[in-house]
Amino acid sequence: MKRRFFLIPLALFMGLLIFLGLGLRHDPHEIPSPLINQAAPAFDLPTLTSDQHFAPKDYLGRVWIFNVWATWCVACQAEHPVLVAFAKSSGLPIVGLSYKEIQPQDEEKTPLSLEAKLTLARLRSRVWLGRHGDPYQLSVLDLDGKVGIDYGVYGVPETYLIDAQGVIRYKHIGPMSSEILANEVLPLARSLQKGA
Amino acid sequence: MLVELGHFALMLALLVALLQGVLPLLATLGEGRLTWIPLDLRSGWLHLARSCTFVQWALVGFAFLVLEWAFLHNDFSVAYVVEHSNSLLPAPYQFAALWGGHEGSLLLWVFLLGFWSSAVAFFSRSLPLTMVARVLAVMGLISFGFLCFILTTSDPFVRVFPPAMEGHDLNPLLQDPGLVIHPPMLYMGYVGMSVAFAFAIAALLAGRLDAAWARWSRPWTVIAWTFLSLGIGLGSWWAYYELGWGGWWFWDPVENASLMPWLVGTALIHSLMVTEKRGTFKAWTVLLAIAAFSLSLLGTFLVRSGVLTSVHAFASDPARGIFILVFLALVVGSSLTLFAWRAPQVAEGGWVNLVSRETFLLVNSILMCVATLAVLLGTLYPLVIDALGAGKLSVGPPYFNLVFGPIMVPLVFIMVPGSLLRWREAKIKDILPSLVFPGLGACVVSGGLCWAMGHASFGVLAGFWLGAWVALAGVQQMVLRLKRPGRIGGSFWGMQLAHLGLAILVMGVTGVRSFEVERDVRMGVGDEVQIADYTFRLLGLQDVKGPNYEAVRARVQVLKNGQQIKLMLPEKRHYYSSAMPMTEAAIDSGFLQDLYVSLGDALPGNTPQWSLRVYYKPFVPWMWAGVLVMVLGGFLAALDRRYRVKPSAASAEDDVSPHVAHA
Repeated sequence: MKRRFFLIPLALFMGLLIFLGLGLRHDPHEIPSPLINQAAPAFDLPTLTSDQHFAPKDYLGRVWIFNVWATWCVACQAEHPVLVAFAKSSGLPIVGLSYKEIQPQDEEKTPLSLEAKLTLARLRSRVWLGRHGDPYQLSVLDLDGKVGIDYGVYGVPETYLIDAQGVIRYKHIGPMSSEILANEVLPLARSLQKGA
Repeated sequence: MLVELGHFALMLALLVALLQGVLPLLATLGEGRLTWIPLDLRSGWLHLARSCTFVQWALVGFAFLVLEWAFLHNDFSVAYVVEHSNSLLPAPYQFAALWGGHEGSLLLWVFLLGFWSSAVAFFSRSLPLTMVARVLAVMGLISFGFLCFILTTSDPFVRVFPPAMEGHDLNPLLQDPGLVIHPPMLYMGYVGMSVAFAFAIAALLAGRLDAAWARWSRPWTVIAWTFLSLGIGLGSWWAYYELGWGGWWFWDPVENASLMPWLVGTALIHSLMVTEKRGTFKAWTVLLAIAAFSLSLLGTFLVRSGVLTSVHAFASDPARGIFILVFLALVVGSSLTLFAWRAPQVAEGGWVNLVSRETFLLVNSILMCVATLAVLLGTLYPLVIDALGAGKLSVGPPYFNLVFGPIMVPLVFIMVPGSLLRWREAKIKDILPSLVFPGLGACVVSGGLCWAMGHASFGVLAGFWLGAWVALAGVQQMVLRLKRPGRIGGSFWGMQLAHLGLAILVMGVTGVRSFEVERDVRMGVGDEVQIADYTFRLLGLQDVKGPNYEAVRARVQVLKNGQQIKLMLPEKRHYYSSAMPMTEAAIDSGFLQDLYVSLGDALPGNTPQWSLRVYYKPFVPWMWAGVLVMVLGGFLAALDRRYRVKPSAASAEDDVSPHVAHA
């Protein structure tokens, strides 16, 4: 009886360890998005390549990935090869959201007209994609960041998975790794494709 | 080249730590074991513990100096230097930048562990060799674990090629004199708890928990506690004047991580005293020693692994988190297993009377542990909820204030009867006459302070009363003791000062929480704002230039009764290397209160205006003074002469602790 008494600290510690171990698997930066299982906010934005516009409803009936990026974003550069490889191997369509491509310092000397901003953003993004590879079916330009606000963008890069009904099913903040894509995103996308 | 030598020295230190951890332990295994190894070889292994300790510290110290050299010489071929330094950074900050990041902090940890081990090796000449060998071996094993951690996941000596032209600079928040000393002091405390831990493990291994063991552990624990107090106090002070939020304690997970070992360490100091004087509570004391160090390790785990978000969190890396978790499991798990196995045999203690000093000390150490558990629960609750998949949440200051306060009230209250009662057997009515003066005096003091501040409530009166109760009882004991003849030991003064410091701290915290006035105001040049008896007038703003930043400095005139008493100069700094502007609050400290002005943003509008935070914070200086007095008490207690004399001589002048009421 008395001996068992002395085992209590060990037992308590074991319990604590289990929670710490579980805690490690959870990323504190993984903030749950209120948008999960909600319809993807609508927008209508010019694309990178032409004056054509793109809206999420254009992709109804397809399961697709929505990736927020910018040429000024260092983490995007790290993430990029993973996306390029994933686009090739999975065949899932990836739409890019070029987020606030024109930064305040671009306008330091002279304020730019909307036209000039579009031209500069397109030029810079194309050069960047030419150098690093282009995983996107198409990329839309969110110059003022309003769409980013609708989607609750915390920081670039961010990635969403949107199903055939136009509902957000998954969100990841920060650079994607090939592990997350292979173990979480792809299985989820495949099951959504089957369900569609 | 030098950098590679530093790296190599660290690897050598790892090997030496392994030798230090294994061979002396093998040699102490006892009669009849390992008989195939010649006896003189085994006794050589015992002596190896000391020399390994010194050699290991020298090697880690060399690596430490090499990294410092790389910082001071702007060696931007070292990745860690690139990330945390900059050629424009003033030299003292370049020096302190070593512990501005994860890798360097760990190196500092191991370096201080080497320092503590060497100190034990050096000052333990009067101890039995087997005991010293076991203690140093345990510390060697801890050091081995940390060196493995550094070399496998957190190497500060990694080079970058090509070398960077310029470093990224130290986080501007950390560019402050507070950072130069706060982490080393805190780590001295954390790591110092490893000595008490090693003594406890050595005693369990030996199967002997006696008064001598408690006597050896006491000064080490007190010194570690003192550094921990100083470290926590400095951290709080730094948060107060550097973060610019006007707060001094945020119940941040990392603050909690430092508070928990402090609480348990405080309980340990008192419990060790009982074990030394009365030979009781042995198992409890050992458990506290294990817990204090385990909580230090847990603190390291919480900060380094990124399981909890915090202002202190460095970049999280899962490999590091797993390593620390496994290490924590090994160290704490094995010591608690050892405890469960050995403590029942060795912990036979004497009986205890309900009314005696030891009972009161036990109650207080239990209260301290309850407070620790409450803090631990609040800190880990978000983690547990998350692990159970029930969502993300955070536990805020309201929880901690609600839970922590009520535990502290009885704890502070029984400090006085606890220090007056006799050991073994006492009667409450014997000490009642000694309680009259502090009891009534405290009523006068708390009433007077509330009258002076012009406001009273039950909470404020109670807080002031408790502080004054402890302080006046301490003063009474000191005066009575001075009237008696005979030498007064350092431990008497130490204990009285530490208690007095706590009393001042309690009164300070009560005063700040009850009477502070915080106002966020919008001011243009020439505008005034009135807070308490003071008028703050914004005279103007100017641009100033620092070594690695530019700043806007406001001139704020403080008037009392129409007379200027102070010109305050808060700044908003823009460091070249960082996009985030930094607030440099202007603080005017008096005996009774702080005036605090921090400059916010320029506000848009026709006439230029700025947002300013103007705070009136009475009693803040009392909190810092309380901590300092506690720290002073800790040093005095640790320096008590009887810890330094040989055990045989020491027992002759035993028990210098106070028996004021029954002199």
